[in-house]
Amino acid sequence: MMTDVLLAPFVEFGFMRQALLGCIALALSAAPVGVFLMLRRMSLTGDAMAHAILPGAAIGYLLFGLSLAAMTVGGVIAGLVVAVGSGLVARNTLIREDTSLAAFYLLSLSLGVLIVSVRGNNVDLLHVLFGTVLALDDAALMLLWGITGVTLATLFLIRRPLILECLDPGFLRQVSRLGPVAHYGFLALLVINLVAGFHALGTLMAVGIMVLPAASARFWVRRVGPLVALATGIALCTALAGLLVSYHADWPTSPVIVLGLGVVYLLSMLLAPRGVLRQRQRSGPHLRA
Amino acid sequence: MPAIPPAPAITLHDLTLGYERHPAVHHLSLRIEPGSLVAVVGPNGAGKSTLIKALAGAMAPVSGRIEGLQGQHIAWLPQHSELDPGFPIDVRGMVAMGLWRQVGALGRFTAAHWRRCDAALQSVGLSGFERRGLDTLSGGQLQRARFARLILQDAPVLLLDEPFAAVDQRTTADLLALLHGWQQQGRTVIAVLHDIAQVRAHFPLTLLLAREPVAWGPTAEVLTEAHWARAQSLREPFDEQAGICGVPA
Repeated sequence: MMTDVLLAPFVEFGFMRQALLGCIALALSAAPVGVFLMLRRMSLTGDAMAHAILPGAAIGYLLFGLSLAAMTVGGVIAGLVVAVGSGLVARNTLIREDTSLAAFYLLSLSLGVLIVSVRGNNVDLLHVLFGTVLALDDAALMLLWGITGVTLATLFLIRRPLILECLDPGFLRQVSRLGPVAHYGFLALLVINLVAGFHALGTLMAVGIMVLPAASARFWVRRVGPLVALATGIALCTALAGLLVSYHADWPTSPVIVLGLGVVYLLSMLLAPRGVLRQRQRSGPHLRA
Repeated sequence: MPAIPPAPAITLHDLTLGYERHPAVHHLSLRIEPGSLVAVVGPNGAGKSTLIKALAGAMAPVSGRIEGLQGQHIAWLPQHSELDPGFPIDVRGMVAMGLWRQVGALGRFTAAHWRRCDAALQSVGLSGFERRGLDTLSGGQLQRARFARLILQDAPVLLLDEPFAAVDQRTTADLLALLHGWQQQGRTVIAVLHDIAQVRAHFPLTLLLAREPVAWGPTAEVLTEAHWARAQSLREPFDEQAGICGVPA
């Protein structure tokens, strides 16, 4: 009975197997990116960037139809333009990162909305907004796994400067010139992961699988390695559970997955060792030294 | 311990540093021999930190030049750290970043590296804190951890901007002994300090700055009543109506 519920959908239906593979790829890649996003206090940057890539994807769609390649390239270009543009302004003028990014992504978003409205007639754009995890074809899966491979390899290579850039950017500038490499490299990873995410979960939801597992894990563990491991585990399990729930209840997949991640976050915030309830119980016996 | 490269002689040629054309350090010329232990003192806004920043290569001179530090390995302890104490890392992991020149972005930390980290922690009195999270340290302990990281940088030139701020007396005494040890190894140490008794007791050379160089040389000859009176007369805000330096009004 249990196996029917858990395994049957994947045994019976090819699209569920594809969706599962897509979700695994996304979780393995997006969750570690989300941990660094959180450590860099850039969680909202993820959301802004998700909006920033939308117009690129929309332009790709309008020019070439529902083409994976066109929408991917469009999204990556729009994301990188916004990331690099806002990064350059933030590093070279008195405008700080948050304001600079807001300015660029709003420009990008409004341009996208204008193009979409003027051209009209694009029901398929709902796929961009809300994802197509139950309709991932082989090409999309290859793209997702390719992005996962690139992301994990790059994170491994830039982990030390990236950590140091979060921990003490002044010290990193003193000992190494890798600061900008880590910064822009990481932003590029963010962009390609959001693009991967929008194929599976949709632009608006993609950022959920980055930010929520990382934020949940923060309540349980206190070092970077365990954070990455736990966030990835949370993302994997919740994506799998969300896929099954959406299948059995016949609900749309990406909101179910992101809501599931949200529930994990709320439970972690309440119940984890560093969550609010346990932190409240401060009075009681104490140690001698 | 690998042998340290010899410290260079540092020469400042008519150095002027500033912000928006206002001089913060004005026409400073001096020569610091290798293996010097130098205190930089002066009132607030005298340009002490600005000088250290320029020596560290983080700021370009408005005019004049700094000779001897190009391409040198310099360790710099800024007054205002960008260290995020909330970052989830243990003290040892943070201090270990001082070994960046050895391990770089990809190199492995060996057992010998970790022993050096623990030794550095011991010399700042933070033994037993290796596995503690950075977020559990007090302000003074955090400063000592930064000092331990500086020790691991193992540089021939050390620039310290108020290194003992918030550090307790016992640890300060230990760290001062460390500075003397560095000098004896031939390293050049330049420190911004406010404790004049400390400067008299431990620093053979002193630069008294009040934006203009007031006095430079052996500490006893620099820290005189007359020099202090001149330093105290520094007008702290910049003069917004100031004319161009060197051009007759």
